[in-house]
Amino acid sequence: MSNVLRPYLAAVRSTLTAALTLENFSSQVVERHNKPEVEAAGSKEVLLNPLTISRNENERVLIEPSVNSIRLSIKIKQADEIERILCHKFTRFMMQRAESFIVLRRKPVPGYDISFLITNTHSETMLKHKIVDFIIQFMEEVDREISEMKLSLNARARIVAESYLTAFNS
Amino acid sequence: MAPEVFNLAQTPITCHSFSADHKQVAVSLNSTDAQIFTRQGASWTLTETLAEHDKLITSIDWAPNSNRIVTASQDRNAYVWQQTPDPETGKLIWKPTLVLLRINRAATHVRWSPKEDKFAVASGARAIAICSFDPENNWWVSKLLKKPIRSTVLSVDWHPNNVLLAAGSADMKARVFSAYIKEVDDKPAATVWGSKLPFNTICGEYASPAGGWVHAVGFSPSGDALAFASHDSSISIVYPGGPTIYNIRISSLPFVTLTWTAEDTIVAAGHDCQPVVFSGSEAGWQGVGSLDDSTSGKAAGGARSGFGGASSVGRLNSAAFSTFRDADTRGQSGAGATTDTKVLTVHQNTITSVRPYEYRGGRVTKVSTSGVDGNLVIWDADDVSAGAGLAKQMGGMRM
Repeated sequence: MSNVLRPYLAAVRSTLTAALTLENFSSQVVERHNKPEVEAAGSKEVLLNPLTISRNENERVLIEPSVNSIRLSIKIKQADEIERILCHKFTRFMMQRAESFIVLRRKPVPGYDISFLITNTHSETMLKHKIVDFIIQFMEEVDREISEMKLSLNARARIVAESYLTAFNS
Repeated sequence: MAPEVFNLAQTPITCHSFSADHKQVAVSLNSTDAQIFTRQGASWTLTETLAEHDKLITSIDWAPNSNRIVTASQDRNAYVWQQTPDPETGKLIWKPTLVLLRINRAATHVRWSPKEDKFAVASGARAIAICSFDPENNWWVSKLLKKPIRSTVLSVDWHPNNVLLAAGSADMKARVFSAYIKEVDDKPAATVWGSKLPFNTICGEYASPAGGWVHAVGFSPSGDALAFASHDSSISIVYPGGPTIYNIRISSLPFVTLTWTAEDTIVAAGHDCQPVVFSGSEAGWQGVGSLDDSTSGKAAGGARSGFGGASSVGRLNSAAFSTFRDADTRGQSGAGATTDTKVLTVHQNTITSVRPYEYRGGRVTKVSTSGVDGNLVIWDADDVSAGAGLAKQMGGMRM
C-alpha cells in the first residue's frame, strides 16, 4: 500500500465502521415487509446523510447509510481509454456473479463503477470488521488488478505487432 | 468477578427475558419462535418453544410476579403466554392469548407495566398500543397512543407509578406519555412529570442532541429522571424539574440499549460490544468505565491461540511485533491487527439488550446482556474496570 493511499483508505475504513451500525428494521410503509431502507427510500427519517470520500477527481467512494442497510459505491481510477474498457469488463464480470460475492450489488449507482449493498442480515451473519476489511482489501486490489491487466495487454499487443510485422521484414 | 458467558446459539439473540427465579430465560434466536431455556448447572438447555408468530420476534418480556410472557413480532401481533395445566395430562404448558393490537405495522418492543396489569407495545405504525385485559371476552384490548409520534417507535419503558410511559422513536425524539386507563388504574399521585394525567397527555418531549434515532429509553428507579440513548453516539439524562438535560457524547459507536442499576448509575450497551457504565446525579453525569475489562489478558490470549498465549513473549502486543509475527507464521503482510477474527470484548458483535438481573438492597447488582453473536452474558454491575478512563477503553477498542 502506498503512503498516499493510506489516509484515503483509513478514512473509508472509519466511515464504514461507523456506518455499519445496523439493526433489523421492518418497513413502516408496506405491511409485513422488511426491505433495505437505503434502496426502498420510503421514509426519509431513517436515511442518514450520504458521504463522499474523494481522493482526487477520478477516485471516490460514496457511502449512503440508513437504519438497516448501507450502500457503498466506488469510482475506480480510469486514466485512459484502455483502463476504461478494462474497468468496465472487470466490474461487469463481477456484478454478473454478484450472488457469490453476497454484499455486491448487481448494478452500480449512477456515476460510480461498482456498488456494494450491506444489510443488517450481513452484519449479523458475518463479522462486522471482516466486512470492512473485505471492502478495503477490494479497494486496494482493484487498482493493482487493472494496472496489471493494462501492462499485460500492452505486452501482448507488442508481441502481436512484432510477429505481424516480421512477415513484412523478409 | 468475571462475567458468566453462555453461548446459546450461533444466530443472533434479538431479545431475552429471565423468569423471576432466574432458572429460565425466554429468548428469540432471530426467528419466529420464542424459546425457553432452562438452566442446568453451567449450561442452558432448550425446554420449550413458543410458536405462534409467523415473522421475526422483536421483543419478549417475562412478568416476574404473574409469570406471564408477552411476545411481540414483526407480523403485527403480540401474544400473552400463560402456564396452564393440559386438560389430558395435567402437565403445565404455555398457552397463548390473543391481543387485539389494532396496529398495521411491525411491533418493535414490548414491556409489562410494573403492576403487570397492562403492557405497552411499540410499533412501526407510529403508535404505541397500551393493552389491558378484558375478562368478558378473554382477550387483551388496546388503546393507541398516536398523537405526536412521527415515525417507528423503537423502545418503551414504564414509570414505577404504572401510568407514565417513556418512548423513544426514529423521529429523533424521546417522549413521556400518560398511559392512564380508567378501568385499570387508580388515580395516580402527582409526580415531577405532571399532576393531571388523562390518556395521551404528553409530559415531555426531548430531542437527541445531534438528530439520531432514539434507540433506548429508561426511567430511573424512582421515576424522577429519564435516560435515553440515541444513534448520534450520545446518551442523555433528563430531569424534568428545570428541565435539566445532560448530554454525554461518546467517542465510540452508538448504544442501542440501556438500563438503570441505581438512582445514580446507568449501564448502556450497543454497537461497541461492551456495556459501559455512566454515573452521576442531578448535578452532572459522566462516563465511568466499562464492565468489560478488555485490557486484561483473557481476550488477547484467545486471539493469539496459535502462539502459546501463556508465554511471556505473548504479552508483547506492539503493532510492529504482531506485523512481523504474522509475516513469519502466517505469511501475511500488511496491517497485522486486522487479520484477527476475534474482537477483544466478551461479546463478539452488537449487544441487543441489557436488562437488570439481580437486585440487592434496592440496587441492581448484576445485569444480563444478549448479543448478535448468540451470547448471553451475566455481568457484575459493580465491577467497573478501574483506573482506565472511558476514552482509554474506547481507544483500545479500535479495530
